[in-house]
Amino acid sequence: MKHRTLLAAGLTAVALTLTACGGGDGEDSTSDGPADLRMTVWTSDEAQLALFQEIADAYVAEHSDTVSGISFETLPFEDYTTGITTQIAGGNPPDLAWIFESSAPEFVASGALLDLRPVLEETDGYDAGDLEPDALRLWESDGGLYAYPFSNSPFGVFVNTDQLTAAGQPLPADLIAAGDWTWDRAAEIAAATAQTSGKAGLVVRDFDFALWENLGTIWSSFGARPWSEDGSSCEFTSPEMIDALTWIHDQIFTTGALPGPGTTADFFAGDAAMTVTQISRASALDGSFGWDLVPLPDGPEGHINVIGQAGIGVFADGPNADVAADFLAYFTNPENAERLAAYFPPPRTSLLNAETLQGANAKLTAEQLQAVVIDGIPGAVTKPAHANFAQLQAAIRAELDALWTADADVTAVAESVCAAAEPLLAG
Amino acid sequence: MATATLGPPRARRRLSRREDVLTGYAFVLPQLVGSLLFVIGPLVAVVWYSLHDWNVLANSFTYSGTDNYERLATDPGFHDAMRASGIFSAGLVLLNVGLALGLAVMLNQRLPGTATFRAFFFSPVVVSLVAWTIVWGFLLQADGGINGFLSQLGIDGPNWLREGPTAMLSVIVVQVFKNVGLNMVLFLAALQGVPKEVREAATMDGASAWRSFWSVTVPLISGTILLVSILTVVGSLQVFAQIAVLTQGGPGTSTTVIVYYLYQQAFQFQEFGYASAVSVVLFVIVAILTFVQWQTRRRWVFHEV
Repeated sequence: MKHRTLLAAGLTAVALTLTACGGGDGEDSTSDGPADLRMTVWTSDEAQLALFQEIADAYVAEHSDTVSGISFETLPFEDYTTGITTQIAGGNPPDLAWIFESSAPEFVASGALLDLRPVLEETDGYDAGDLEPDALRLWESDGGLYAYPFSNSPFGVFVNTDQLTAAGQPLPADLIAAGDWTWDRAAEIAAATAQTSGKAGLVVRDFDFALWENLGTIWSSFGARPWSEDGSSCEFTSPEMIDALTWIHDQIFTTGALPGPGTTADFFAGDAAMTVTQISRASALDGSFGWDLVPLPDGPEGHINVIGQAGIGVFADGPNADVAADFLAYFTNPENAERLAAYFPPPRTSLLNAETLQGANAKLTAEQLQAVVIDGIPGAVTKPAHANFAQLQAAIRAELDALWTADADVTAVAESVCAAAEPLLAG
Repeated sequence: MATATLGPPRARRRLSRREDVLTGYAFVLPQLVGSLLFVIGPLVAVVWYSLHDWNVLANSFTYSGTDNYERLATDPGFHDAMRASGIFSAGLVLLNVGLALGLAVMLNQRLPGTATFRAFFFSPVVVSLVAWTIVWGFLLQADGGINGFLSQLGIDGPNWLREGPTAMLSVIVVQVFKNVGLNMVLFLAALQGVPKEVREAATMDGASAWRSFWSVTVPLISGTILLVSILTVVGSLQVFAQIAVLTQGGPGTSTTVIVYYLYQQAFQFQEFGYASAVSVVLFVIVAILTFVQWQTRRRWVFHEV
């Protein structure tokens, strides 16, 4: 009797394990009845998540026949794309996902995303014509629109005016008025301020000698870009890029305007005189020092705006793709886009005015918003993106490491960058 | 139970033997199911994946034969990773085993305070690996604690994690300090198993302390040296967290060891099929190394502890 009981217990355990393992598939494949949607995001900001949930709950209330609930799942920013692809590989993709601009070509070309254009154009009151064409370009392919660029955050320079004043340096706002706001002037001020404060000068935020794509905020105004428009050939060896890299190298190792490798300096904690970053970071300012936000300085090629984008896509293979697309059209309709503008400058021309954005960004003045955001989006360059971006990022980072020493040979490094990048660009 | 109906004793015995067998299976079943699901299953799956081209985004999974393995043979990135792993393993085994043995010999003396020192050297073993590595990351920064200390001595320290040779050295040393205590304890146990009489006999025969250690003690603990070396090499080939936290494989690809390369291929480049091939190769290397080390045991191990 005892033996049989044991055997039965063992078999039950196996049966339970097997059913538990098989359970996952059955759940997802049912598209009957109201769907339970899930959107992956990289923000963990409670206010932002609360706003999303509020919009989602309103949608669920109106569409209880098709949707039973919508949840927002935060994945860590650092390996966000890995998080999504691992979910897809595991057979459990989200219904909707935020997508980095750097991965945009890869996602758009893969066929994994649903074409949103039909849904957006057919949804009553959506006003798809209001979407800024410049903002959509990265997310389009063959007339289809594969993600909605919900966030168009221009890069600007945050300035610690207390530190600059203490170092007897002119303020960027005055230099702009005098038409003298250039990278050279910015570096001069940063170096002098760093000398006085003993802290860092100008920090290109998130670069950290690894995420080199953030240097695009500098080299764009030198007329440089990492690869050609069609993404097929390397341009690190172009004269413009060599000039830009030489300038950056000098500012790190000669003038000390930019902090060197292995130094951590957080502008928002008061560790640096200036930082190049997106305006969405303004929320990190706590009033412990005087600050200003100004547009990127001019380079040899004049003034070039750079924006960082983020899109929301719907996975075409998901059982609830159509419902998810309908929700996306609701989530980003004119009324909700205006509410989301509190954190994310929308791609809607009608909303890109100081008045709308002012209501949302209490920390920024109308002048700052006009100069950096509204004038900063049309015609802006986006950060580098490519269908093979992840591999290019790693290969170029590895080669650029040779540049971050005092006696580096810029031209030789640029050549080795291209040697490493060419096969990946061609592939 | 109605045993009376079960027929003659022979049949009963056969039945009870069968029941015993079933009971045996029932006992091992949970463990068996666990390892099938979480060890053997994934192992087989990885070999299967390695024969495929798997594009997660495009949702394509096509059989590609040995393509991934052929690509490995000509992939300079993989060769760099093999070299980095080789340097890391060699450096780690030499430093770790040498230091652990030295510490064990010193702490094997009957002196006051040795227990405290043993606990002191063992304590990093129980610290969380990532926490340990993050703290070392701060210490090794250009303007971190170590260079701060060196500058007090008038030495201008290097940017440890940003220069090729020192980055690898730093990663090795961080790992050595983390685990040397465990090996030290294994050596201490072995040293305490060496009979005092044998060493006394050597001393009476006029052997110096070094000679006595090298010719008497080392052969007697060679089994442990072998065990520790195997564990350290196998462990060193699996290093990941230290690389991910301290150097992300850089500068250049100087610290991109095999597991980090595998991680990049699978989780940064979404090349799951190719990464599976890398992991199969890593598995084979570890299996061969272990086999070779066990085989050579007969040749140079004089005494099984």
